[in-house]
Amino acid sequence: MHTTQDLLQFIFAGLTSGAIYALIALGFSVVHNTMGIVNFVQVDFVSLGGMLMFSALLTAGLPMMPGLLLAVTGVALVAMLVERFGLRPSRSHHELVLIFLTVGISIILRGAMKLIWGKNRMALPPLTSDEPITILGAAVLPQALWIMLLTLIAISLLSWFFYKTPLGLSMRAVASNPTAAAVVGIPAGKIRLTSYAIAGALGGLAGVLVTPITTLNYDVGVLLGLKGFAAAILGGFGSFPGAVLGGIGLGLLESLSAGYLSSAYKDVVAFVVLLLVLFVRPKGLLGK
Amino acid sequence: MTGKQKIFYFLYLHRTGLAVSALSLSLLVYPFFQDNPYTLGLSNLIAIHVIIVLGLNLFIGFAGQISLGHAAFFGLGAYGSAISTVTFDLPAWPAMLLVAGLVGLVALLVGVPVLRLSGHYLAMATLGFNIVIHTIMLQWDEVTGGPSGFSGVPPLSIGDFAFDDEVRFHYLVWTFALITLMLCLNLVRSGVGRGLAALAGEETAAAALGVDTRRAKVKVFVLSAVMASVAGSLFAHCYGFVSPDSFSIFTSTDMAIMVVIGGMGSVWGSLLGAGFITMLPEWMDVFENYKDFVHGGILVFVLMFLPQGLVTGLLEQIKIKMALTRRKDAAA
Repeated sequence: MHTTQDLLQFIFAGLTSGAIYALIALGFSVVHNTMGIVNFVQVDFVSLGGMLMFSALLTAGLPMMPGLLLAVTGVALVAMLVERFGLRPSRSHHELVLIFLTVGISIILRGAMKLIWGKNRMALPPLTSDEPITILGAAVLPQALWIMLLTLIAISLLSWFFYKTPLGLSMRAVASNPTAAAVVGIPAGKIRLTSYAIAGALGGLAGVLVTPITTLNYDVGVLLGLKGFAAAILGGFGSFPGAVLGGIGLGLLESLSAGYLSSAYKDVVAFVVLLLVLFVRPKGLLGK
Repeated sequence: MTGKQKIFYFLYLHRTGLAVSALSLSLLVYPFFQDNPYTLGLSNLIAIHVIIVLGLNLFIGFAGQISLGHAAFFGLGAYGSAISTVTFDLPAWPAMLLVAGLVGLVALLVGVPVLRLSGHYLAMATLGFNIVIHTIMLQWDEVTGGPSGFSGVPPLSIGDFAFDDEVRFHYLVWTFALITLMLCLNLVRSGVGRGLAALAGEETAAAALGVDTRRAKVKVFVLSAVMASVAGSLFAHCYGFVSPDSFSIFTSTDMAIMVVIGGMGSVWGSLLGAGFITMLPEWMDVFENYKDFVHGGILVFVLMFLPQGLVTGLLEQIKIKMALTRRKDAAA
């Protein structure tokens, strides 16, 4: 029999994965807003975050927090390199060409990770102890609480950045009308670089946080990243509240259907609901 | 016109027909020079990819839409043929037809609502459809055989003549590929094809000029799904074995990459794109550990410097070179 405790347990699990999807979805949205493309490299930012964290902790011997900051900054730097040398030299502005350019870069990055860290699965320690805490009868891993807390902090930082800083203002200007933004002299290159850095940092953070729960592998980000993309679409591509809503929604949908219907078909349920939402609202829940 | 000009004019006038004939002829004699089963197996795989990519290029290149889910139709065709011939004991050819019809119906049912979406939403919806189909193939063990796949699919045959080795299969599968090629070449030059090209250029303008854009999109989607399904049936009968791995979203992205590398909206480009991307992993063996780098690198390089695809891109480069030399000559 299912009890309220089970329900609570499923909801906690859903919120945890939902927070991760939300972080990745925000990364997709930031790049979409400034460049109008789906950045499939986002998928590898997630794996790279976990990998850099692994090296920072176990090779360099850093404590948790400096390690986390180093990993996130590292992914942001790689993301900037990807934009500057991978996408900007492109001779075409055709959406599809740029999207497949990101697919090509993603293959290269995955190859690099395979070469540096190998193909084996690795275990990343959680931020603090892995003794479950009981909340209202549901057992919750401390890592899950960290995920929710750090996701909240990341979202607050992001809104502060977009609404309180000049650079954030110019990024919103580009998102709302790129031509007008260019006319008033907002430097396009800097904006694109910043959007990639933010996307990288968000993806990297998601990777650092989630890999202690899943396992760490050079392609762990692929499925997570695609769920993040689905979350972004579900909420309305490019909308930040939409990305968060879509992420949480997708996470809950998945854990509830795994709990009450079938864990084998949880992805099917999630994607069928996504398709149904799109049939009713072709621009996502909060899309314009 | 002088004799020489006449010959050139004739060649120019019949360039498509001549190219198709030349291709057919070289494919006809190919097995006489190449009897290594492995190499023939690869060229058969190219033919199967060509069938899918031609259909997908109609959808991406001519109708200007995006699909990252065609491996689902490919897989439905393959599993459809496998299950109907092995589990239900149906004869192979009618089964192939039946499956293609059913897949067309699925594409219609999915296409009508999904094609209301555009851009990234359409990409996600097709991707999601592929994930759903792939998961069902993986999980529904009783019917599909689950992750370990479905084996024992009989080869196709006409009377007593079974297409059971690489050489025989070469003729079968390339016949299908060439029929698809001719279908596409003719389709893009028909009124329907011109309407589609207009749709790719500017949807609103095409609608204003009287192209029924919604119907046109759905029709091309169904057509490309049926082509993918036929390719899937051939795939199942050729290898005698199907597993969910061959129909994941990575196959879908590979197909879309073949379209883009070959050149969106270029029928001949599809041939080249399918060949190039299918062969790439084979050439990469030399690089061993670095093959992902080189694979991704070549992709990035082509997309960056020849964004119109190999055929159109290279032709344009040559034209520019020729124009520049002519100008230099004129100046001298």
